Amino acid sequence: MGESKLTHYILLLYREGVSVVEAESLRRVYRTTTGAVRRRPLEVEAVRGVSFAIGQGELFGLLGPNGAGKTTTIKMLITLLIPTSGRARVLGHDVVDDARVVRSKIGYVFGGDRGLYERLSAFDNLRYFAELYGVEGRLIRRRIAELLDLVGLTDREKERVEGYSRGMRQRLHIARGLLHDPPVVFLDEPTIGVDPVGARELRSTIASLTAAGKTVLLTTHYMFEADTLCDRIAVIARGEIVASGTPSDLKRIVADRTVVELEAYGVEERALEALRALPGVDSVAVEARDQMQVVSVQSAKGLELTQTLLAHLDGARVGRVSAREPTLEDAYVALVEDEAR
Amino acid sequence: MTVAHGLRVVRTGWLVSMKELTHSSFFVLVSILQPVIFATIAFFMVEAGGRSGTLLYTALGAGLMGIWSATLFGSGGLIQWERYQGTLELLVAAPAGLVFVLLGSTLATSSIGIYAIGATLLWGSIFFGVPLDVAHPLLFVIAIPVTILGLGLLGLVLATTFVLYRHANALSNLLEYPVWLVTGLLVPVSLLPGWVAPIGWFLAPTWGIKAIRTAALGGDPLPAIGATLALSALYLGLGAIAIKQFERLSRERATLALT
Repeated sequence: MGESKLTHYILLLYREGVSVVEAESLRRVYRTTTGAVRRRPLEVEAVRGVSFAIGQGELFGLLGPNGAGKTTTIKMLITLLIPTSGRARVLGHDVVDDARVVRSKIGYVFGGDRGLYERLSAFDNLRYFAELYGVEGRLIRRRIAELLDLVGLTDREKERVEGYSRGMRQRLHIARGLLHDPPVVFLDEPTIGVDPVGARELRSTIASLTAAGKTVLLTTHYMFEADTLCDRIAVIARGEIVASGTPSDLKRIVADRTVVELEAYGVEERALEALRALPGVDSVAVEARDQMQVVSVQSAKGLELTQTLLAHLDGARVGRVSAREPTLEDAYVALVEDEAR
Repeated sequence: MTVAHGLRVVRTGWLVSMKELTHSSFFVLVSILQPVIFATIAFFMVEAGGRSGTLLYTALGAGLMGIWSATLFGSGGLIQWERYQGTLELLVAAPAGLVFVLLGSTLATSSIGIYAIGATLLWGSIFFGVPLDVAHPLLFVIAIPVTILGLGLLGLVLATTFVLYRHANALSNLLEYPVWLVTGLLVPVSLLPGWVAPIGWFLAPTWGIKAIRTAALGGDPLPAIGATLALSALYLGLGAIAIKQFERLSRERATLALT
């Protein structure tokens, strides 16, 4: 066994022994009402018995489509929602009974435009949260300066946040989440809507968190991001974890498949359904890129389907057609589609 | 969490909320115009009633009406705004006690009321000839911040409900006029049915206005100042208990965020 492999093995053993974040059969039901005049109670089970453990210094990815239960799971872990059943611990502290202790040891960053005081400057935003997290008064200025430098906002800290771009807001979110130097960081879709260059910078900042020994739980829609950043991934669909493992483990799920990609215009849902019904087709996904649609068809390796596919896309204009090896995204699509069937 | 940390959170929360409020042109416009409008209506009412000797009495009541409106509108609006901009969840997720966070915000809204009193007196003096002779200047200067504290803490009790209920704004709109009436800000409580007065005893504006009026017009304001401070302590205790319960309920019912 080479030295690096041995180190990796020891690290794995160490991680197995020290779970920083543990979720055990977490379940969350939302209760609401429906109807304008005669209101009827409505129950939505957003998370249905999710279990996982994250080791010290690990970057763990939670992947899933919209409404799969990612944010609900994170909100239970960061003490903002009380689980309907099940339990969770962060650094050994129960997220319901020891909420105050858990809060002092975690950082929470979410994606999107919200979560900042728009009418205040970046500096005022950070100063307020530094106080809320109990950062010592004499250290606040230095800590804010360090973080502004880390996220590249040093010269813009006096400007009001309402004038910030999406990428700048996102960087400010990350700085806010790290003010108290938490050992555990939860990142809920931190690169959503950020331009490619900004997203790359954010990914490098996220990678530096685990390099600094922090444990990170990341949710994202971007498979490339999960593939490059995460040590382990859990795929969640309809409130349940449908697969988990390293990115390589998940890719192996579709290792016996091949993917045909067709660039097309005007493909209707009916045609996609017809493709899905073809013998040998495992899954069909479509992605919009500007005016164009990219249809990805997964099938068993060695099966020649291109002509059959083209015949079934009769009414659409088809451009480039190519075949490629499956990626993590294909594994994700296969898992989520299997769950939906 | 230590008391010193709690007080630092209150101070920073007050500063942040003051900046947030004063950067909101809507709030600034309402805060500037409302006291002047209230004062004008009150002066015309006094004029119509032919009681010219009660101008300062009326001006002070109108000023306090402005403080109450700013507190009610501001504390409810701030929590709604926090929820809307996604910061309410972050405040709850922080280890600092939520009661200190809310206290800073509600005290900021009632502090805006200092302007309301000043503007009302100035407006009344220039346009309606309100005499600005104050009987006990020192006690008058003490009575005003004590009253603002009382109203701010009453705002804190209300703000706790805004954390749990997304539509608590309806409640805040409902409470504006009744509180003016039962606390004697607009008309003396003695003119209203007998059952109204006991309700007012539990509301800080009743004792606050009594303290400010006796300090200005003559009499002993100290009992009213004491009553305002006692009610403030009661509100703080109630607010601290309520926020603990409501925070847990809001985590159970998922009412902290819009989504």
